[in-house]
Amino acid sequence: MKKIQTPREAVAHIHDGAVIMIGGFMCCGQPLRLTEALLAQGTQNLTVITNDAGFPDRGVGKLVVAGRVKRLIASHIGLNPAAGQKMNSGEMAVELVPQGTLAERIRCAGAGLGGVLTPTGLGTEVEAGKRKVEVDGRKYLLETPLKADFALVKASVCDRCGNAFVAKAGKNFNLVMAMAAQHTIAEADRLVEIGELDPERVTIPSIFVNTVAVSP
Amino acid sequence: MTRKAPGPISKDGKRERIARRVAAELAHNTLVNLGIGLPTLVANFIPPDRTVFLHSENGFIGLGPEAPNGAGDWDIVNAGGQPVTIVPGGCYFDSAMSFAIIRGGHVDVTVLGALEVDEEGNLANYMIPGKMVPGMGGAMDLVVGAKKVIIAMEHVNKHGEPKILKRCTLPLTARREVDLIVTDMAVIRVAHDGLVLEEISEDTTVEEVARCTDARLQIHQKVGEF
Repeated sequence: MKKIQTPREAVAHIHDGAVIMIGGFMCCGQPLRLTEALLAQGTQNLTVITNDAGFPDRGVGKLVVAGRVKRLIASHIGLNPAAGQKMNSGEMAVELVPQGTLAERIRCAGAGLGGVLTPTGLGTEVEAGKRKVEVDGRKYLLETPLKADFALVKASVCDRCGNAFVAKAGKNFNLVMAMAAQHTIAEADRLVEIGELDPERVTIPSIFVNTVAVSP
Repeated sequence: MTRKAPGPISKDGKRERIARRVAAELAHNTLVNLGIGLPTLVANFIPPDRTVFLHSENGFIGLGPEAPNGAGDWDIVNAGGQPVTIVPGGCYFDSAMSFAIIRGGHVDVTVLGALEVDEEGNLANYMIPGKMVPGMGGAMDLVVGAKKVIIAMEHVNKHGEPKILKRCTLPLTARREVDLIVTDMAVIRVAHDGLVLEEISEDTTVEEVARCTDARLQIHQKVGEF
């Protein structure tokens, strides 16, 4: 049985300066109730690892606009003008990571691997400062694991064990992020009793989820 | 060479011409990823006798048309974050799987826009330092991983300057990965020893294409028309 809390209770122990992962792709599959609760709580100086800076008026994008993010690690920030402005003014540090590399860096942190070798980014600015490794005559960049204090992920359905089903294209980064954080909070649209979620339908195994957040 | 002179083609006309020509490149039973913007239009022109499955980088195969206004399911969006549909036979997966599909060479063709392409098949399409720094999203993985990389873009930029260059000047998305360039004026293949002019559009000439290209074009005996 996992802790079942409201979004506000679930984010209460996220402290200033925390490193957090936030699932979603342009807000699809993003735990919007958790990002709202975090915004309302006033937590600052966050390092946020997420696919994109989203839109200025939704989800993780609102945290960026409100100046809560000290450092952003993402693959794309082009649809949230505030992200570019804060990057250019120096108010927010931005590390841009190719999307597939971002997914694998997060996955390998959760999977106990020391990094991942990828051809993506070779011969571009992405390779700056990274070790190159040759395997069977082909060059790769060594990309290192990305982990976090907290992961905020989205589920369509959670059972009280913490097993999560994430519908459709909402899966995106939620699975790998749930694996890579010290403490994972899954926001569920619907909470069901143990036994009511078909094991065949579990996207995120319960062992990765510490807290299930449901709206009161 | 004498040419029909139907008058200057509109911007939409150019985009449609490019999309139509790219669509003709897509073979039956292939998996294709279309970038945002002009490449997305390619889906409208896939010949009806071909089954082409579209891969959406955010996590599914079987990308269908945009959802009608107001009927959007926000659990199915395209790479631009807009609600779309999934076609019968499609499937969902997470981001790690999505990019394993891309990087692992399981995508047959990727179609992307470009700021610059050069003689070596180098591509710059993700940033203009000091001006536009949106991030590469999935583009770097797509260009490196897809079996075939097609660039779909207007031949010159909004100032009328060539986008096909001897060497890219902007930060690269990837080195030596582009296979084919389709513009409103020409179809250009990237060979191991440079660019080969394959086809020109019906309202231009080989000389005009060469004038609008800041790279050496190999012109073989037979240049087709589209």
